[in-house]
Amino acid sequence: MWTICRKELADHFGSIRFLILFCLILMVALVSTYMAATHVREALDGVSKPSQVFLLLFTTPGKFFSLVQFIAFFGPLLGIIMGFDAINRERQYRTLGKLVSQPIYRDAIVNGKFLAGVLTISIALLSMMLLLTGMGLMTVGVIPGIEEIGRLAVYLLVSIAYVSFWLGLAILSSVLFRSLATSALAAVALWIFSAFFIGFLADLAADAVRPVRNPRDPEKIVANRRFADASSLVSPAVLYSQATSTILDPYRRTRSNLVLTGPMERLSLERFQRPLPLDQSILVVWPYLTLLAAMTLVCFGLSYVVFMRQEIRSV
Amino acid sequence: MAIIQTDQLTRRYGRQTAVDGLSIEIGERDIFGFLGPNGAGKTTTILMLLGLTEPTSGRARVLGFDPARDPLQIKQQVGYLPENVGFYDDLTGCENLRYMGRLNRLPEAQAPALIEEALSTVGLEGEGDKLVGAYSRGMRQRLGIAELLIKNPKLLILDEPTLGLDPDGTNRMLELIVSLRRERGMTVMLSSHQLQQVQRICTRVGIMIKGKLVALGSLDELSQGSPGDKARPNLEEIYMRYFKEA
Ligand SMILES: Nc1ncnc2c1ncn2[C@@H]1O[C@H](COP(=O)(O)OP(=O)(O)OP(=O)(O)O)[C@@H](O)[C@H]1O
Ligand SMILES: [Mg+2]
Repeated sequence: MWTICRKELADHFGSIRFLILFCLILMVALVSTYMAATHVREALDGVSKPSQVFLLLFTTPGKFFSLVQFIAFFGPLLGIIMGFDAINRERQYRTLGKLVSQPIYRDAIVNGKFLAGVLTISIALLSMMLLLTGMGLMTVGVIPGIEEIGRLAVYLLVSIAYVSFWLGLAILSSVLFRSLATSALAAVALWIFSAFFIGFLADLAADAVRPVRNPRDPEKIVANRRFADASSLVSPAVLYSQATSTILDPYRRTRSNLVLTGPMERLSLERFQRPLPLDQSILVVWPYLTLLAAMTLVCFGLSYVVFMRQEIRSV
Repeated sequence: MAIIQTDQLTRRYGRQTAVDGLSIEIGERDIFGFLGPNGAGKTTTILMLLGLTEPTSGRARVLGFDPARDPLQIKQQVGYLPENVGFYDDLTGCENLRYMGRLNRLPEAQAPALIEEALSTVGLEGEGDKLVGAYSRGMRQRLGIAELLIKNPKLLILDEPTLGLDPDGTNRMLELIVSLRRERGMTVMLSSHQLQQVQRICTRVGIMIKGKLVALGSLDELSQGSPGDKARPNLEEIYMRYFKEA
């Protein structure tokens, strides 16, 4: 397994498409953090230093979107790009028949490839975070406290788990589909679906299951919204963005967006609130993490089962 | 002891029977030619011998192991060359060999020497640092053999090793196979539908048509009763005869 992992790692880091994608993500991340940093610095002018400023770097939308939103949208692409041809490329090059006739267990092939992908993702995300943190330090000039560093570390872990989910999904599709293009398309289709259409679908489902007949009946509306929120959790993108916003925004106590607050109200609210301690935040997102991990495991298990029973012909 | 032994080995795909009640025995240091037209079930048989496909019924033993139960033991000692073998085209010949060596848990320190030796055995010395993508068909086929040799197998199973080779390449491949048996005492099972070659190097042949074994034995045995010249056994006649009957 380690042998396979090692070769795949070398393949990933040598592959041009990974480099291109990584550079792209890095560039966008740099630009958006830079914009966020300028924002934050302007906002901080003359204000006494509030706590947890550093985290704002990652959550403040600059001109377009915050870093967190960006990774939620485009992180999957990284996972998909690394996994969509894991198995069927070997098939295409006719090396799979050779591989399974070596004295290794068949699951070692899937494991090794998955592990190599996870390692690559971790290295990529970690180096990106370090770079951005360094840049934030220079432009804003605040030093992150221990707790902020802890939050960033948890955020990093959740992100890795999130991208790994997409990696697992892509590997599954590479086991299921023989053609590289089909496999990539299938994975990308699921990604687009879970990122853009799930909210819409969740609304539809909620309207069907918990219809709001009387628009003035608050109880019904709440039930409707609750259901929509719960069903949109099927999407890993939603899971991820809710989990990370809780981690990175200590003033958040719930994960639901039911209570709408304007910026001014939020400011005044925050005066009376103390930030949620890190361990409490972790507690809040724990179920999300478990769900994400479970979904990854399901993908992984499926690829396992399918791959084990597949007949490998070199033709 | 028989190196390969099968007993009523059968494999069905749906209603089609790819291999039908195959019973063969291959002894030590044989070069066994497994003959048959396209779709005869040669590849399917080989896959069952390696545990890559489950037989529908029947049993097989390879080097004393049951492929359905402990395929790993078999894979350790058997070098299998799939038909149309593929390589990682973006790696060099040596890198491909090294990867296979690692998968077989060869000691890292010995690897360079083993790779060098395998390359020179198959006549690719000096070509190891080229990307495999730039190899010719004949070179790829020989690299495929080199990949098997680094683990020093007892048994070679070659699925159509001469497929797509020109006459010269074919000759070199056959000579290589003969010398492997002579110098290293390897047992070889090779499948083919090209008769002339098999006739030249095989000690025993089995002819399979539509999943059924129709003839088994040495060339001399098989030529008994054939209408041609008995002093020079001609496998082609035998082959064509069975072909017409089938
Ligand atoms: N996965 C499968 N599903 C259905 N039928 C199959 C499958 N694999 C093989 N067959 C059938 O089994 C038969 C034997 O195929 P096999 O590949 O063993 O032939 P072969 O002797 O190796 O032929 P060739 O000389 O063309 O390589 C063929 O008729 C083929 O159609
Ligand atoms: Mg075949």
